Amino acid sequence: MSNAAEAMPGKAPVQSGARAMIEMQAVHKWYGEFHVLKDINLIVGRGEKVVVCGPSGSGKSTMIRCINRLEEHQQGRIIVSGIELTSDLKHIEAIRREVGMVFQQFNLFPHLTVLENLTLAPIWVRKLPKKEAEETARYYLERVRIPEQADKYPGQLSGGQQQRVAIARSLCMKPEIMLFDEPTSALDPEMIKEVLDVMIELAQEGMTMVCVTHEMGFARTVGDMMVFMDRGEIVERAPPAEFFANPKSERTRLFLSQILAH
Amino acid sequence: MASETAAIVVRPSRPAPWRDPRLRGIALQVVFVAVIAAIIGFLAYNTTVNLRRQNIATGFGFLDREAAFGIGESLIAYSPADTYARAFLVGLANTLYVSAIGIVLATILGTVMGLARLSRNWLVAKLAAIYVETFRNIPLALQLLFWWALLREVAPGPRQAWQPLPGVFVSNRGILLPVPHQDPAYLWMAVAFAIAFGIAYAVFRWARRRQAETGRQFPAGWVGLALALGLPLIVFVAHGMPLEMEWPVLRGFNFAGGTAFSPEFGALLIGLVVYTGTFIAEIVRAGILAVSWGQSEAAMALGLRPGQRMRLVVLPQALRVIIPPMTSEYLSLTKNSSLAVIIGYPDLVSIANTTMNQTGQAVEGIAMIMAVYLVISLLISLFMNLYNRSVALVER
Amino acid sequence: MTEIAHELPLPMQRPPATSTGILGWLRANLFNSVFNTVLSLIAVYFLAVTIPPLIRWAFIDAVWDAANGQACRGPGGQEVGACWAFIGEKLRFILFGRFPYTEQWRPLLVVVLFIALVLASCDRRMWGRRLLLLWPAGLVLIGILMWGGVFGLRYVGTEYWSGLPLTLILAIIGMVYAFPFAILLALGRRSQLPAVRMVSVAYIELVRGVPLITVLFMASVMLPLFLPAGVTIDKLLRAQVAFILFAAAYLSEVIRGGLQAIPKGQIEAADALGLGYWRRTRLIVLPQALTMVIPPLVNNFIGAFKNTSLVLIIGLFDLLNTANAALTDPNWQGFAAEAYIFTAAIYFCFCFFMSRYSQMLERTFDRGHRR
Ligand SMILES: Nc1ncnc2c1ncn2[C@@H]1O[C@H](COP(=O)(O)OP(=O)(O)OP(=O)(O)O)[C@@H](O)[C@H]1O
Ligand SMILES: [Mg+2]
Repeated sequence: MSNAAEAMPGKAPVQSGARAMIEMQAVHKWYGEFHVLKDINLIVGRGEKVVVCGPSGSGKSTMIRCINRLEEHQQGRIIVSGIELTSDLKHIEAIRREVGMVFQQFNLFPHLTVLENLTLAPIWVRKLPKKEAEETARYYLERVRIPEQADKYPGQLSGGQQQRVAIARSLCMKPEIMLFDEPTSALDPEMIKEVLDVMIELAQEGMTMVCVTHEMGFARTVGDMMVFMDRGEIVERAPPAEFFANPKSERTRLFLSQILAH
Repeated sequence: MASETAAIVVRPSRPAPWRDPRLRGIALQVVFVAVIAAIIGFLAYNTTVNLRRQNIATGFGFLDREAAFGIGESLIAYSPADTYARAFLVGLANTLYVSAIGIVLATILGTVMGLARLSRNWLVAKLAAIYVETFRNIPLALQLLFWWALLREVAPGPRQAWQPLPGVFVSNRGILLPVPHQDPAYLWMAVAFAIAFGIAYAVFRWARRRQAETGRQFPAGWVGLALALGLPLIVFVAHGMPLEMEWPVLRGFNFAGGTAFSPEFGALLIGLVVYTGTFIAEIVRAGILAVSWGQSEAAMALGLRPGQRMRLVVLPQALRVIIPPMTSEYLSLTKNSSLAVIIGYPDLVSIANTTMNQTGQAVEGIAMIMAVYLVISLLISLFMNLYNRSVALVER
Repeated sequence: MTEIAHELPLPMQRPPATSTGILGWLRANLFNSVFNTVLSLIAVYFLAVTIPPLIRWAFIDAVWDAANGQACRGPGGQEVGACWAFIGEKLRFILFGRFPYTEQWRPLLVVVLFIALVLASCDRRMWGRRLLLLWPAGLVLIGILMWGGVFGLRYVGTEYWSGLPLTLILAIIGMVYAFPFAILLALGRRSQLPAVRMVSVAYIELVRGVPLITVLFMASVMLPLFLPAGVTIDKLLRAQVAFILFAAAYLSEVIRGGLQAIPKGQIEAADALGLGYWRRTRLIVLPQALTMVIPPLVNNFIGAFKNTSLVLIIGLFDLLNTANAALTDPNWQGFAAEAYIFTAAIYFCFCFFMSRYSQMLERTFDRGHRR
């Protein structure tokens, strides 16, 4: 078994010269007796966009959630932005400040207005003055193209609008890394595009992104690297062009034939 | 009726009157009201006849007469020479007193147990579950009798009283607690406490403003707590720390000094708190479970600390689910306090019961009890509606 | 450039030892943080302080066999352990009270019948017409057994009915009769006719606003005043009526919840079929509304069951009051704790079973919604 963690840095051209923002080395995780993550090795450089795909239950969410410690790994090392994730609360807090996350179910706070959703963490975590936090919030609402919804409650918005608010909420913390866990799979088709447009814009500005998604068009447009997971392990990784045109692993081919069939 | 006929004339396609749903509705209501009125009239007639036959007075005149029965425990001055009206007042005060203390304690116990049941600590969660499942499945009347028996019969006499804490005595005469001696310092401490509240509020406002301008947080909560504890403490020290307590002491066959709770009051309070606590625990648990885990995850992902997550995200949402059933639990605790009559604590119902037995004026007695409870219910549901309106989540 | 880690799936590995086994379990469930460790220690201390004395009292030092109260106590006249002999002595009295001693097989059979009826009703396969036949037959049989006077059974008046059968009668018969009344109240509250609606609301809110005790008082002292001179009804029936009136108000609110949850489309569909109000209600609305609220109905029933214990206030001898009465025996003084614990255990068994049942129903119903 090759140790990918040692072999990787030299191999990937995107990463040469760039500081690794996320580094996962031989990460294992179990749910009880169930081995969900097996020997995960992954390096994400600054500004790099990694798209993770794989069949349902393959551990994509679990892996991405280990990066900001929503799940705890039991073996191996995870280093984010130069800080190693241990059970040290200081480290976890520091990492969560640098890492934004967007969920499939939006998870907006229903009891707060859109503006309050956006300013909550900047005020309490970044300790920004309220006025400044609100200015930032309005700026990002403008960016996700819903400035007029600032004073509404999440329950009054459409799914696509909610997801864009969720993205803006993460951006308000000025994160260096954004994690997306199937951000569009709870949306109606006509709303997917408005969310993807925001994400593409974000990518083009140089944000480091790890994105679990089955939107292959998005992957081709902005992805630097495709990662294919199956049964808790990373089976294959390659730049999108190569990944789609010429998958090396049998399992990847099977998966691609299934999702590209329609 | 005239316009009805007119309508029929204007529109020739109207059905016959007995098929017209609107007319049928009106006819039905008239019959319905007539039947109800007839029943009420019949009962009222019988009642007046029966009352006259049995020579029972009617009206609330009896309230001004001398009650001539003693009441064991009373918050307001009372003697058997006082009027029935005053006796009622004593009962009402006792009901409100035990309910108020019961509500506070049941809320604390229930909240702790509800949270404990959600704890990741297996042992703690199991213990809380056992508490809830046991005490909610046993009738309150039985629990009251049990606690009462425990306090009266199983507890030793005053000479061998249990002493769970120094100065606290549990015997078959009741529960005794030490009270501090009267001292002007205590009054000033209360004043200091009130002032501390005022200052804390000002600090809170100032902290909010400073946060909005500079972003710097100020631990207003902790400072407020420190003030509320510290200022009275300073006054206490300044008065030369008058620590003298009035300890309950054994004199002959009973205790003197301190403050005493009768076994009846103790049993009623313990029973109400333990029983209602189980329901509150379930309400708290359900309320917190109603906030999806995704909310907590989103808060964590934003970097909020566990305390902030609870205070800013989980609690505000859980409270919306918790408060409505909680108020109805408070209401039912207040109503359940009427079970005091079983163990002879003089609450409103048991005093009304005595009154009814003495005067025979059952109709008036029951009307008074009902009126009191209805007023309490109405007040609580009024509060509920106001609250619901103020926190209702805005949905599409 | 492409990297293939492995062509074959990696083998499953066992988790590291620190997260499995007893030690792993302890670490994960009791000692996973400082706070939790402190909590665990407090809990263990609490158990260490309370459980051993309780076990000593209830089992080790307990007296299982004694002729009278004196024999149950230690040498100094002090009770050392539980006196279960008292329960043994009074068992039949607590369960069946003042029912004639030689006839007590009848109430025993009644209890068994009640339990069988309730168990049968818990089985979802029985829901429907079969239950509608089973219940009247069962109730008639219960009536015959309790009253007697036919088939060579001795007649036993209601003043002798007591103990567990009385509790079950008050609760179950109360619910059976409260149910149709509650349905009418719930329909009335949602009626289009303002007079009907207002009367229903007034009744429901009035009853729900006052404690059960006042309703019981009313039944025991005011009902005789309400009736024409010369007409009397016995105490049990008065209490039963009070229960029905009280329970119906609470039940109707549960049923109303079910009525409100029925989608409007159902009613419109029924109207489109040309069904009138009553047929629409009977065939479309009620069946759906009632199935939806079965779990809260069971919870309501638990409440009613516990509430029967209040009849001791008007001097009926239900299970709790027979236990009370057993305590007055001069030969057996001071065993209240034993009597109440025993009675509590009986109440607990019934209520716990029902609450588990309603939780189970809730889960299966939930699944139905999700699918
Ligand atoms: N809390 C948990 N406890 C036990 N098993 C879990 C838990 N969460 C996830 N799993 C299991 O771990 C495996 C990986 O789950 P994960 O959510 O990471 O999959 P995924 O690749 O994100 O799938 P999907 O595309 O459906 O979101 C699944 O088999 C799942 O059943
Ligand atoms: Mg997933």
